Order: sequence, then structure tokens, then C-alpha cells
Amino acid sequence: MNRKTVYILAFPVMLFLMSLKTAFTSMQAQSPSTDSLKRPAKFGFGRPATAQEIAAWNIDIRPDGKGLPAGQGDVKKGKLLYAQKCAMCHGEDGTEKPGVKLPGSALVGDTSANSKPKTIGNYWPYATTLFDYMRRAMPYNLPGSLSNNEVYSITAYLLNANKIIKADVVLDAKNLYKVQMPAKKLFIMDDRKGGPEIK
Amino acid sequence: MKKQDKTDRKIVTGKMSRRTLLGGVITAAVLPVQSLFASEAKAEKQVLTDIVDDPTKIIGPGPSPLGKRSLFEQPVRKPSDISSRTPLQDMHSTITPADLHFERHHAGVPAIDPVKHELLIHGLVDQPMKFTLADIKRFPSITRTCFIECAGNFRTGKTEMTPQDILGLTSQSEWTGVMLSTIFEEVGISNKAKWFLAEGSDAAVMTRTIPIAKAWDDAMIVYAQNGEAMRPEQGYPMRLLLPGFEGNMNIKWLRRIELSEEPYMTREETSKYTYPVKDKIRMFSFELDARSIITYPAYPQKVNKGWVEIRGIAWSGRGKVEKVEVSTDAGKTWQLANLQEPVLSKAHTYFRHLWEWDGKATEILSRVTDETGYLQPTLAQLVAARGVNLGGYHMNPITAWQIGADGRVLFKPETIK
Ligand code: HEC
Repeated sequence: MNRKTVYILAFPVMLFLMSLKTAFTSMQAQSPSTDSLKRPAKFGFGRPATAQEIAAWNIDIRPDGKGLPAGQGDVKKGKLLYAQKCAMCHGEDGTEKPGVKLPGSALVGDTSANSKPKTIGNYWPYATTLFDYMRRAMPYNLPGSLSNNEVYSITAYLLNANKIIKADVVLDAKNLYKVQMPAKKLFIMDDRKGGPEIK
Repeated sequence: MKKQDKTDRKIVTGKMSRRTLLGGVITAAVLPVQSLFASEAKAEKQVLTDIVDDPTKIIGPGPSPLGKRSLFEQPVRKPSDISSRTPLQDMHSTITPADLHFERHHAGVPAIDPVKHELLIHGLVDQPMKFTLADIKRFPSITRTCFIECAGNFRTGKTEMTPQDILGLTSQSEWTGVMLSTIFEEVGISNKAKWFLAEGSDAAVMTRTIPIAKAWDDAMIVYAQNGEAMRPEQGYPMRLLLPGFEGNMNIKWLRRIELSEEPYMTREETSKYTYPVKDKIRMFSFELDARSIITYPAYPQKVNKGWVEIRGIAWSGRGKVEKVEVSTDAGKTWQLANLQEPVLSKAHTYFRHLWEWDGKATEILSRVTDETGYLQPTLAQLVAARGVNLGGYHMNPITAWQIGADGRVLFKPETIK
């Protein structure tokens, strides 16, 4: 094929492409309304989830206690479990000793707002969060391995170590969410909405 | 093909191993007219391909299945135990190459089989549903460019700090997926639902609560980044994308959404991602405040007397960048920078400002104003508004670079107290 033939052949193709382009552009201009007209109420993709499937994953716990499982735990058992499963990263008694960097965070401090480091005693607004977080993510090296009773016990131990509950309290679904956390009163919702003010 | 790749890779070391040589020989051996000696010579040449004196006199390597960067350009992230930072000083525009997007996760990057992965939506819905990745991909899709920034993206303390060191936990991609509102319409959401919990499928089983308004506004479930399937570090096979909201809320490896009347108060929205403001602790700061930084010239670069194009990025979690101002006299006077079009909402916006440097020591700074009228503050202004115990979250102070008479550029670390 010489150059001339290519041009001759290319010309009608170009015309055709141009007409396609016009058709496409007008289609595009219309498309939002056409699309929303065509859009079904439901696409029918996905499938209903079974009650078992929901139960298997539904592990979250709300501040009002919704989601807390059956079971119970106490400070004494929690102390033992803590020594076995947590102390290696969070320190023997959950506190940070001067000059020692813990692999995990310090968990025990006092309840004064100005104390450092931030711990359950001075920085956690809800006891339910503690249960929820430890059950899903701790121990760090074996996440999700604690039984509900174990989590109740460790929660009791840590709340007691932070001087929030007494040593003889038995925690369960009925009382854990009622534990008043000292830091709760400090928390405020961000109310900034943009605009010139620096807050 | 493979063999040629191997020879290429060896160039970095500058030395040629026997294996490379043989590899080269085998590749070359398919050319019938060459003697063994000639092939060896060719192998050696090939090893040095990228640094030949005259590239017009030697045929380069042929097409390959996967491209790679020039040997002379090797930008890398900067990893720590818990995160890895984007080399902002190596970027020339606002899209972050996917392999340089910052990483932050709380229990490592999970390995997820995309065929097995499912998303459960339940709680205050008409019909609890499960969606596979294939299901999610069937819904009408949409592409959007926006930044993701970690809420704890502020470092200071010494002069030898790059943009990557100071605020490398922000990156930008072109994301593709489905609007969360499309999925919510499919499931049917109760009027009582005011919040939703999003949960990841990593070993932290990461959870955050998000106000439902975000779902009806611009939230997405995305599965692609810069045109290809999203990277594992970014949430493969699917993640939540909440344009403008703090990075942690953009739950990666998304496996579950639960609709609720009230927030869940997860660890990541109480013990973490909250910060002292005077004698209170502020929580539920979702939008990232407007911020900018000059990425050139910046440490460790050097400048020469004469014309310098100052370059950088600016962004806001609350909308578009309205303007960026640059100061070349330590903040005494400010000039408008040019913004690279298109200026997108909740997106890194590239800015440039031409400056003739007289060779005298000075400081250069940038500050952004977003479309809500918010002007990026100084560190002193943040301290005045929030107190000295700032914590590390939601910090967006102006960054200053000191230019020495020798052309050296150093970060200007400011003290808080
Ligand atoms: C292998 C080390 C390791 C072990 C063992 C471990 N943790 Fe942790 N823990 C960590 C790390 C690391 C973090 C911080 C994780 C993050 O940044 O998201 C953490 C965080 C926590 C937190 C949140 C602290 C805060 O202030 O937000 C709690 C509570 C906690 N761990 C409890 C426990 C309990 C209870 C156990 C024992 C059952 C345990 N951990 C065992 C390493 C460990």
C-alpha cells in the first residue's frame, strides 16, 4: 500500500469516526438523566446475610452495653491472666518505669487528668471500649484468642489497677457498661465547621 | 525476557557476575551471526546499557512485561515500626505512585484472598446483606482523586528533616469504586440510623464510627488505585474512602459495616486520634484542616543564586484550596502562588511561585486558605488556641525552610513551649 492509498482509505474512516464522536457526545450530554431513569431501585447484587454470619462477626460493644456477651470475670483471675499474657509487653504491673520503653502502651496510671502517660485511668472515657478492644486486638501476638470470661477478668483487673473499681467487683454484661470512667468528663466533641477561626 | 531482566537488574551493583554474563550470553546466543566472543562483548555492553556514552549507537533492551523506574530515579518510602512515609520531595505533581503511597496500620498488612473476601452490612438496615468483591464491582462505578492523610502527620525537632520526615503521611491517588450511598440504597437504611461502624479484616480488626451524613455525601467503597487494583498496604481488596476525613477512618480491608443510632466509641476514637485542647480532650475531629508545604526547595536540596521556582502542595479536608501564598522574607510579606489546574476538592493541589534569590540568607514559607475562609495557622497560633499539651493529632502549622547564604536548605523546627 502506498501513502496515497492510505489517505484515500483513511478518509471515509475518519468521517465515520467523526460521526461516531458526535453521536457519543450527544449521548454523553444526555447520560445523567438517562442513567438515573434507568437506575433500578435495587440492583439485586449480593445476597442476604444469615443470622449465623452476622453473629460470627458482630463483636462490637457500644457504650450502652449493647453487644456485651454472656460470661463474667474478676480481678483475681484477671491479675493472673495479665501476668501470663500481657505483662511481657505492657510491663509487670502495667506501668511504665523510668527509662524503660515498653513494647506495648502503659495501661495503668492514676486518674488525674494531668498525669502522664495517657492510660485507662486518666484517658479512657468508656469501660466498654476496653472490653471491645482487648477482645478484638489483644494480646498483640495472638489477637482474638481471649475467651469472653478472660476478657471480663482482665478488664476487671485493669479497672481495679487504675483505681476505678473495687477489688471484689465481678464484671458481667449487666454492670460493665455502668462503670464510670474518670476521663469521661474531659471529652468534648469537635464542633469546628471550617471558617477563619483557629480553634 | 526474564534473562534480560536479570542482566538489567545487575547494573545497580556495577559489577558483573558470572551468572549475569551467562545470562547475557544465552540471550545473545539466539542471534545467529555472532561468535561467542562477540556475544560476551555484547553481554558486557548490555550490562552497562543505561550508562553508555552514546545511546544512539546501541540498541536498548526490548519490550518487557513490567516497567520499572530509571536506575537514576529511586524514590523510596521511609518506614518505621508502624508507618511508612511518602517521599514528597521527589514528587513533581500530585498523584502519588501507588508503591509510594504512605502506609499506616496497627497490626500489619493482612494477606486477603479477593475471592473469599466478603463485606457484611447489618444493623439498622432493611435487609442485612453480604457482598463479594465481584458484587461490589458490578455496581455503577465512579473515579475520584483525593488525598488521604494520617491525623498524626506532624514531626519536628531538628533542622535535617525532609518534607517526608515532617509530614510524609499524606498521599494522593485516583480511586475507583462505588458510592457508599449506592450500596446503602441497595441494603435499605432505617431512618433511625445516625452513624455507621466500619471494620477492617486485619489483625487489629480496626473499627471507627462515621456519621451517616458522610455516606450520603461523598463516601465510597474503593477497589482500585491509579487505574489498577488497590495495593495491599492500602486495603486490598476493598477499603472505605472518606474524602477529607482523617486517614484512620478510611477503614482498609473493609469487611463489615453496622448501622447504629449512636457512635461505638472505639479505641481509635477515644484513646487514640483525640487530643488535648486546653483542659479538655477533643474527639471526633473528622476533617483534616487546610495545610501546605513547600517541597522544593526543601532539605536536603541546595539552591543557586538566581531564579528558583518554589513548588509545593496544599490541601484541605473541607473542600477546595482557595489560594496559596508564599513568603520569601521569613513571613514579612506574602505573594500569591500559581495553582495548578484543575483544583479539586479535598485534593492535594500543586502550587508554584517564581522567585529570584539574591543569595542572602532568608526563610521561605507557604500558607493556604481553603474555600471556607480558613487560613493555615502558625504553630504559635495553634498553641494559643489549644494550649501547650498539643498531642500529635490534627496539627497543620505553617512549615518554614531556612535558606543559608551557601544555598543549603534546612527545616526550621519550632519549639512549642
Ligand atoms: C506482643 C506484645 C503485646 C502483648 C503480649 C499484649 N499487647 Fe497490648 N498492645 C501492644 C501494642 C504494640 C499496642 C499498641 C497497638 C496499636 O498501636 O494499635 C497494645 C495496645 C494495648 C491496649 C490499648 C492501649 C491504649 O492506650 O490505647 C490495651 C488496652 C492492651 N494492649 C491490652 C493488652 C492486654 C490485656 C494484653 C494481654 C491479654 C495485651 N495487651 C498483650 C502489645 C502487646
